[in-house]
Amino acid sequence: MAEQFELTQEMKDQIGWESQPWTWEVTTTSVRAFARGVGYTDPVYFDVDAAKKAGYRNLPAPPTYMGTTVFIPGQTDDTFSFPPGFSPNIDAGMTGLLDGGTETEYFDTVCAGDTLSSVNRLSDLSVKESKSLGKMLIISTETTFTNQDNKVVAVQRSQIIFY
Amino acid sequence: MTITWESIKEGDTLPELKKKPSVTQLVKYAAGSGDFNPLHHDYNFFQSQAIGSIIVHGKFKYASLGELVSNWLGHNGFIKNISCQYRGMDFPDKELTCRGSVDRKWEEGGEKLAELTVFAENEDGKQTTPGKVIVSFKE
Repeated sequence: MAEQFELTQEMKDQIGWESQPWTWEVTTTSVRAFARGVGYTDPVYFDVDAAKKAGYRNLPAPPTYMGTTVFIPGQTDDTFSFPPGFSPNIDAGMTGLLDGGTETEYFDTVCAGDTLSSVNRLSDLSVKESKSLGKMLIISTETTFTNQDNKVVAVQRSQIIFY
Repeated sequence: MTITWESIKEGDTLPELKKKPSVTQLVKYAAGSGDFNPLHHDYNFFQSQAIGSIIVHGKFKYASLGELVSNWLGHNGFIKNISCQYRGMDFPDKELTCRGSVDRKWEEGGEKLAELTVFAENEDGKQTTPGKVIVSFKE
């Protein structure tokens, strides 16, 4: 547990930092794998005919699924599958990691066959104190997903907590 | 029967979605999402040992809230915004109940909209994952 932790100017200077773009693929197999992982039974996420009957051009991405990053060993993160250089380089010396919250704002439907490009931006850094975890660093990021037609389809805002 | 914007009213509740994710289910979610953090499958991982268990992915609960809304909406609309906060840890083989209700319905710029409060609740009735959703109906 961190007893003492303060944001340094060097950390604060990184607010606004942006990652390089990276590709996320939405495929019939990846949609099925995600829907199966969540436990969906709705055929629209598994059966292309059912998806077309429901008005989609292909299997729709279930809510919160933005595709799967193209995995290249040594580049894509082996644990979280994040794109290379996706996360801001904030070394707080804390090893505990928790998800704080996630918001996805959608501007268009995402379906199998789409290829999305992500850019992640560091939008804020803050420090909070918890009774059980001590000092916590909260990293807020905003990921913009642009599809193959150069349309922004979603923005995902996340908070991760180091403690 | 398809749900429509006309047929819903403020205060309506969504049919609840009960889940009891096993370790195997979490492994499937890890494969489907690409999140292989060992905290969600490896009891020997240092953070699992410190907590005393592996824990359910926060984003599994987030996606489950999406499933709750998707099942209710029956594809007669589009989720414009879905958010949640991870307020408490959940554990494998424990029941999680996803619930939601309609807070508000309104029309704006030709869109038929509804705002929902959603949450996942543990066996003790604690809301570990509260969230909000905005839906745009086709009809």
